[in-house]
Amino acid sequence: MRVAPKEVETFRDDFTYSNSPEAIKRFPFPFPEDEYRYSVNMEPHTPKGREGSAYEHFLDIDEHYLSEMTERKLVLDAMPHRCLAMDHMELACWDMLERLMTSLAEDYSDYFKLTIEGDQWTWENKLLNIHDTFTFGDSSTLPKPPLEYIGCQVQGDFALLDQRDGDLFLDAGMVTCPADWSLAFDAGMSFKEWHGPVPMAHNEGIFERALKYLTAMQVGSPIRRLNWTLTVNARMDTSPETYHEWGHERTSVTPENVGEKVYLRVEVQVMDRMPRSNALMFIIRTYLISLEDIATNPEWAKRMHRTMKTLPAPLIEYKGLNRYHSMVVDYLSQFDPAN
Amino acid sequence: MSNQIKVEVASICQVAPTIREFTLEAIDDELYPFSPGAHVVVEMPSAKKIYKNAYSLLSDPADTNRYRIAVRLQEASRGGSIYMHEQVKVGDQLLISPPSNLFSPFWLAKKHLMLAGGVGVTPFMSYIPEMLRRNADFELHYMYRSLQTGAYKNELSEQLGDKYFGYDSDRHTRCDVTELLSQQPLGTHIYICGPESLIQAVEEAAQTLGLPASVIHSEEFAAPKPGMPFIAEIKSSGQQVEVSAEDSLLEALEASDISVPNLCRGGVCGQCVCTVEEGDIDHRDQYLSDDEKAAGKTIMPCVSRAAGERLVLDI
Repeated sequence: MRVAPKEVETFRDDFTYSNSPEAIKRFPFPFPEDEYRYSVNMEPHTPKGREGSAYEHFLDIDEHYLSEMTERKLVLDAMPHRCLAMDHMELACWDMLERLMTSLAEDYSDYFKLTIEGDQWTWENKLLNIHDTFTFGDSSTLPKPPLEYIGCQVQGDFALLDQRDGDLFLDAGMVTCPADWSLAFDAGMSFKEWHGPVPMAHNEGIFERALKYLTAMQVGSPIRRLNWTLTVNARMDTSPETYHEWGHERTSVTPENVGEKVYLRVEVQVMDRMPRSNALMFIIRTYLISLEDIATNPEWAKRMHRTMKTLPAPLIEYKGLNRYHSMVVDYLSQFDPAN
Repeated sequence: MSNQIKVEVASICQVAPTIREFTLEAIDDELYPFSPGAHVVVEMPSAKKIYKNAYSLLSDPADTNRYRIAVRLQEASRGGSIYMHEQVKVGDQLLISPPSNLFSPFWLAKKHLMLAGGVGVTPFMSYIPEMLRRNADFELHYMYRSLQTGAYKNELSEQLGDKYFGYDSDRHTRCDVTELLSQQPLGTHIYICGPESLIQAVEEAAQTLGLPASVIHSEEFAAPKPGMPFIAEIKSSGQQVEVSAEDSLLEALEASDISVPNLCRGGVCGQCVCTVEEGDIDHRDQYLSDDEKAAGKTIMPCVSRAAGERLVLDI
């Protein structure tokens, strides 16, 4: 069964965000084996699983759509620099708008409609009551620049990577729900530069292989990988810009509240070659689920316990879990009696 | 490759004494838009074997109704261009790869200086419409021999006015590359597409003038040229693969069911790189650096061959 958007919930202050039983069932659980291992883990982003799975379509629109769009607006109103596009990325932004609009209209025709007559495009978003006609390629005919316009209508963060000299550069994006990284800080960086803080992987040649793979990606063959971390409270915007609002929350975890307060944060990262600009679009679609809700699936709870238990110390540090990692392991151990 | 696109040859036209232009239209799906400098790999099923050569798209990237490519007849080649010139007729169907791009304009440049040699003008045919749309500062310097090449020179001259410079070596007009490079403002990026001798001349001039290598961009798809036959031994299995004079090493490996990832098949993209355990290499690619070539540890099997009778590949 497909999950329909529900009323607006919050990712801050009173944190009213919650997952329905259907949303828990379709959660993209990220741990394929008991022991945690670092790997490039990329696979073709093709439809997989039953109708309603998080991988059913190119983009996943779920019950949190309205909540995430409201949260995004709060972030951008307070910090407009969370969305940026360098001048030379204009065409890439139109590429992105085209890719997102065409796939939304095709996969969610109840909610979105795109009518193309030459370069005159009409876009309808029934969930947000948007109805605009514009000239494709002419930013002055849109109410906002193309990346911001479409980015505010799709769940997930977006980055557009310019490809030159066999490398990728982070030259445009909209990042309002990052796992502790800043678009404004990383803007203009090369692939290895923005991955600089990642521990362990540099020595294993992982970034060389990933870069070679990404720069050779062809039009029409998107790929995905999963990434994960833990977040205290259902907070979407864990950015360096707002660290003062959420950093201290890591001290609020106790053995009593760990199950409801700690969330597994999963990113379904999709990479897709943009045809007109040769840029690479990088979508980071974030899902949050509390440990309590994970525990409703005994297999997941057991698997996650084993993965957390074998997590190497440098990764505990990098993911910022030092203060409560052991409480997470203790909490999950009740679902894995053998360990 | 399962992602190939089926196209129909909508028209063929002779655009220079040795160059034919093919207009390709989609049969089933729409064609992808493409980026300036993109190419497609065209599969040519001749009676003898299947050739796969990369050709730059030379139409306006905004036009998704058709692709155009231009093929220069290479008498000394193994037959891909001969097949295109002699066998392919209007109405024929061909398989092409989706467009990919190894030669994108560097859009942060203050000025774009394009140097084309002969059929090497083709990627710039797709640069120019986008450069005009962006109001970019650019010049096209086009070197050709009017008895053989020089496709599109009249329309380019007319369209570009004082941004166009033509040099016809059959009429003894030549481009002084060092002089040209020395006049460019800071922040100019230089793009070369043409024979290796042109690429080398520009690179040497740039070095003499102290221009950084990072502002020089070049692309030359080398359709694999024939050579002496040799044996490729696969280290992991001990298998002996015979590479005939006409086949590339990559083609011979594929014929023996040994798959090597590859894209451009013209010595540019770097995807098919293999480690060489033993044997001397005749490097013919644009991908490996001079140091890597001198080290003799890696080979691009799409175009390069053994310099002797045997190579041992660590695959």
